[in-house]
Amino acid sequence: MEQIKDTQPTRSTKRNQERFGKTISLIATLLIVLVVLSILFFVLSRGLRTFTQHDVSVLDFFAGTEWRPGETDDAGNALVGALPMIVGSFVVTLLSALLATPVSIGAAVFMTEVSPKAGKKILQPAIELLVGIPSVVYGFIGLTVVVPFVRQLVGGTGFGMLAGTLVLFVMILPTTTSMAVDALNAVPRHYREASFAMGGTRWQTIYRVVLRAAMPGLLTAIVFGMARAFGEALAVQMVIGNAPVLPDSFTTPASTLTSILTMNMGNTVFGTLENDVLWSLASILLVMSLVFNIVTRWIGKKGAIKG
Amino acid sequence: MPTETSTLTTQKTRNTKQLSSKLIRLLVYLSAVVTFGSLLFIILFILVRGVPYITPSLFEWNYTTDNVSLLPSLLTTLIVVGLSLLIATPIGVFTGFYLVEYADRGNKIVKAISMATDTLAAVPSIVYGLFGMLFFVTFLGFQYSVISGVLTAVIMVLPLIIRSTEEALLSVGMPLRQASFALGAGKLRTIFTVVLPVAMPGILSGVILASGRIVGETAALMYTLGTSTNLPTDLFSSGRTLALHMYVLSSEGLHVNEANATAVVLVVFVLVINALSTYLSKRLSKGGK
Repeated sequence: MEQIKDTQPTRSTKRNQERFGKTISLIATLLIVLVVLSILFFVLSRGLRTFTQHDVSVLDFFAGTEWRPGETDDAGNALVGALPMIVGSFVVTLLSALLATPVSIGAAVFMTEVSPKAGKKILQPAIELLVGIPSVVYGFIGLTVVVPFVRQLVGGTGFGMLAGTLVLFVMILPTTTSMAVDALNAVPRHYREASFAMGGTRWQTIYRVVLRAAMPGLLTAIVFGMARAFGEALAVQMVIGNAPVLPDSFTTPASTLTSILTMNMGNTVFGTLENDVLWSLASILLVMSLVFNIVTRWIGKKGAIKG
Repeated sequence: MPTETSTLTTQKTRNTKQLSSKLIRLLVYLSAVVTFGSLLFIILFILVRGVPYITPSLFEWNYTTDNVSLLPSLLTTLIVVGLSLLIATPIGVFTGFYLVEYADRGNKIVKAISMATDTLAAVPSIVYGLFGMLFFVTFLGFQYSVISGVLTAVIMVLPLIIRSTEEALLSVGMPLRQASFALGAGKLRTIFTVVLPVAMPGILSGVILASGRIVGETAALMYTLGTSTNLPTDLFSSGRTLALHMYVLSSEGLHVNEANATAVVLVVFVLVINALSTYLSKRLSKGGK
């Protein structure tokens, strides 16, 4: 009896400990879900006020080209057309991805297929290190190198979508390249061996077999890079010129969703249309990041390598 | 006669094949040069332009428009990073524990949570900043302050820490856990005395990566931490991190040399942190095998 009594309390403390561990973990986990839901709620509920409180028509917001919050046109409609920013964001994102796609895939092929030894020992760690360079540094380089370069090349101020595209291109390059390297490395060796056995040359093997097999991973890398470019704020804001107009060339000042947000969020009064319409821009950013996320998941599900 | 034409056509295709091979080879080499050239250029450019301007006056205790000292912002960076990790690490690690050790795999809740963390990871940092401004700065009334900045940074790095914890825990072999259970150890004890020591380098590398992310962050902190040039005196006063300092300097365009020097300090800071993280995760992958 004595012995049993001795062991009894320890067992229940043990059980308490177990329960404690599980509870703490569960609380931490629920906190994450709460954070995600509150981000969605706070940003979207603010963003929708433009349409619910201030009666701006959805069409005027998405298709309007006049961005002068605080002013109205002759009919009394607020001038909050967000099309220039939407176009600006999509154009610089797509163009920088268009540039980064072939270059990063090419660099990844070089690192995995052409000189795998140097690739693994020197180039890959270097690229992974460079992923962490702060975006403000890219913006700074853009301001001191790219903008003057564009100015010399085509005249004008140098600020604009061309400068923005170039800065974003270099900025997403380490990310997309390092992910492309992972994708190429994940292609099983026997795919390559089979191709060689069939008489394929090295380059035929690379573009007929390895690149095809790695396609889902490569696509994920590109989408990831696009998401990063789309959401980048300060680096773009520093070089794009921040004029909320539909630009008629790549070298005249333009703006993106993020650049207008960074510029104006500090100077508007909470609860006014000028402020709420900025939250609508933020909502577009949030929704687009969800879209990028869904696309990535979809690609991952569709094209996992069966090897 | 027909045989001759067929050899002729194969000849032709072989030539085009060789040509396209050469073309692809050229493109591959070219893109490698562009990628590494541009990145090398950035690093060299920053060093060459910045190093000559690193002077003792940049490290004076108080910021004035004369010395443009970066010391207050450097210290603020350390404070913000330290406090953020102090809060984010336990939450992130315990979430990782829950997802790997407690919840059943393929459970609907686990799926929902991993979806939530994925969503969180994909949100642009400016949106974090705006949420922080709305929730911490305005709704909770913290104003532009260290606490608003820290809490925003916590939310931003949580997905990073959770994912690296998950990966580190999953890399620990099941037999290790089973052996511990067989010896009569409970789950919590198994986690802390058996699984955690093995998974430690992986978790640590995630935490260090998170600190690198905070050091380089600007958009999320601009409207939460603010951009005051002073060293914050308490949790509720504003400050600026090194990256923000760099942003303000280069946008103002008044102190170009100091901005160059600040860039060097910032880049070196971030590269050291990332190198440390890579080193630790390499050690994990070696230890796992």
